[in-house]
Amino acid sequence: MTDISLDTLTASAARPRRDIGLKKRYAAERRFRLYGVLAIAIGLAFLAVMLTSIVSKGYTAFWQTTVTLPINFDEKIIDPSNKRATDPNVLITANYPKLAEQALIEKLGIDPNNKADVRKLKGFLSDSSRVQLRAIVAADPSVIGTTRNVDILAAANLDSAFKGQIDLDVPESRRKVSDQQVEWMNKLKAEGVMAEHFNTGLFSYGASSRPETSGVGVALIGSFYMMVIVLLLALPIGVAASIYLEEFAKKSRFTDLIEVNINNLAAVPSIVFGLLGLAVFINFLGLPRSASFVGGLVLTLMTLPTIIIATRAALAAVPPSIRSAALGLGASKMQMVFQHILPLAAPGILTGTIIGLARALGETAPLLLIGMVAFVADYPKTPFDPATALPVQIYMWANEAERAFVERMSGAIIILLIFLMAMNIVAIVLRRRFERRW
Amino acid sequence: MNIMTEKSLDDAVNAEMNARTNEIIKMRGDKVTVHYGEKQALFGVDLDVRQNQVTALIGPSGCGKSTFLRCLNRMNDTIDAARVGGKITLDSEDIYDPKIDVVELRARVGMVFQKPNPFPKSIYENVAYGPRIHGLAKNKAELDVIVEKSLQKAALWNEAKDRLNEPGTGLSGGQQQRLCIARAIAVSPEVILMDEPCSALDPIATAKVEELIDELRENYTIVIVTHSMQQAARVSQRTAMFHLGYLVEEGPTDKMFTNPDDKRTQDYITGRFG
Repeated sequence: MTDISLDTLTASAARPRRDIGLKKRYAAERRFRLYGVLAIAIGLAFLAVMLTSIVSKGYTAFWQTTVTLPINFDEKIIDPSNKRATDPNVLITANYPKLAEQALIEKLGIDPNNKADVRKLKGFLSDSSRVQLRAIVAADPSVIGTTRNVDILAAANLDSAFKGQIDLDVPESRRKVSDQQVEWMNKLKAEGVMAEHFNTGLFSYGASSRPETSGVGVALIGSFYMMVIVLLLALPIGVAASIYLEEFAKKSRFTDLIEVNINNLAAVPSIVFGLLGLAVFINFLGLPRSASFVGGLVLTLMTLPTIIIATRAALAAVPPSIRSAALGLGASKMQMVFQHILPLAAPGILTGTIIGLARALGETAPLLLIGMVAFVADYPKTPFDPATALPVQIYMWANEAERAFVERMSGAIIILLIFLMAMNIVAIVLRRRFERRW
Repeated sequence: MNIMTEKSLDDAVNAEMNARTNEIIKMRGDKVTVHYGEKQALFGVDLDVRQNQVTALIGPSGCGKSTFLRCLNRMNDTIDAARVGGKITLDSEDIYDPKIDVVELRARVGMVFQKPNPFPKSIYENVAYGPRIHGLAKNKAELDVIVEKSLQKAALWNEAKDRLNEPGTGLSGGQQQRLCIARAIAVSPEVILMDEPCSALDPIATAKVEELIDELRENYTIVIVTHSMQQAARVSQRTAMFHLGYLVEEGPTDKMFTNPDDKRTQDYITGRFG
């Protein structure tokens, strides 16, 4: 008995193994895995390079150098002829920068009569002191004649120098801050008078020729208006169109044609939508130029195909058994769609919408054509007022030469990326939370 | 004593009523044909469905039994390419008549599907949905009663009464199918169509559903498609055998399984093909 079983054992062991190409197959699989890892690594490397470049250039934009000075609101400078009681213009046109300059002269202990030194002080403080001090006086005229500590913005070049972005080894004649200014800067720094603060101005200022007082405030409002308009228009129109096409329309040549066109529209370059907006909304309908309303309309056109495609996919993904169940109970088609299909498709629709919105938020080209690439310093009060958008603001700052603008451009990119990331995270969270499995 | 006689009298009346209603033809198919596009799926099927009986439709895959079933509540309407010919009546009314509203028809002829397909909502909502859309309950209390009765009739009440607010999709397969039956019962249909209701269930769940079908016969007319010969034999009073889109033969289940007229039926039920 044992012999036989031993025999069979050895026989099966001796049976020649067939070559079924296992080695080759495993090698192919390993190669494929390697390609995949390489592809991901390359992608991640590019992403890392891009992010480090943007963040390293841009994070300083969130800090701004200010000089805290005891400003003496000297009546002799503000209102030398004492006419402010009768002429309100006096307080508006007064030479406020002079107040800041005097405070700085005093702080640095310069002889006011040393004209050469005083001249070198020019360009140390931002000219925005005029607006800032005027606002203080306008709010409370009794401040005249008293002294008060005020944070005055440093000029852009000094701001850059303070952040160590200006190479001091370059000969003095070829850089934008003089040795004397650097010396004063270091003195003020040592005294703690000159310091960096979080740059709230970056979020509140509009366009300005002075980097230290320019920000994305107007662009944020413009982008916000546009997103609201896109959401209010594209979501209902897109969802209604998708529901009709997917659930109600009979399949025919005509619906096929519409489907092809929607897919094509999703691939149309955005600048074409911009041209369309220019021709139809501005030239034909006479809507205002540079307005976020028109921008919103153009971006709606651009986002619609994305939303329709995502919505149709989400509707089609609802299992047919749910449709049968509802219809079998005697639900009308409308009840089936709105009480069963739509709630189940909602996470997919929302995800598609948010991704469409994120794309629209980052869109630049069509906005250039409808004139949103304007120098807008005032907040747009309504969507019909001139405004810019975040990506357009980035584009405009990218055209500037000054170091401080480059920094702001990178800062604005960071802000835009944070918004985009937040939107995508919301999309993922929504999908995870409401996704149902059958 | 008095009560006893009354009860037995009632029984006698019921039995007689049943005997009579057995002969009432609830639905009738007259030369029913179905085309899916170019392909013809049913060729002139004449079949009667008797009230308060279970009619089983058997036959090999693709023979048209599900197609015929789906004609009875016009579920084929949802397929663009499907065309139905011939005549189907419910209580002598042509259900394909333009005057008949398909929504109302489906409230009268309910359906239970092959795969349990509860809505991804609570057990309560699943059952309450039908009565709600048809306005069968005036208030929440009435709706509660309908839900409870339907679940009781579907033999699910004891298992589900403490978890009415839990999702119906969380039940086991057999419970889900009984939930679907409860959902169909809740709109008080006259006829219940069942398309292989046990094919996705294990033997124990199958036994429960079969038992349920037998009980439901008292109040409803049932048409069931099944691939299981034994199931047809166990639950149905009449059996119809389909093959390649034709109705081969139709008759009392006992006769069909013991002494069929047609050789194809004989071959099929003895397992020689199909």
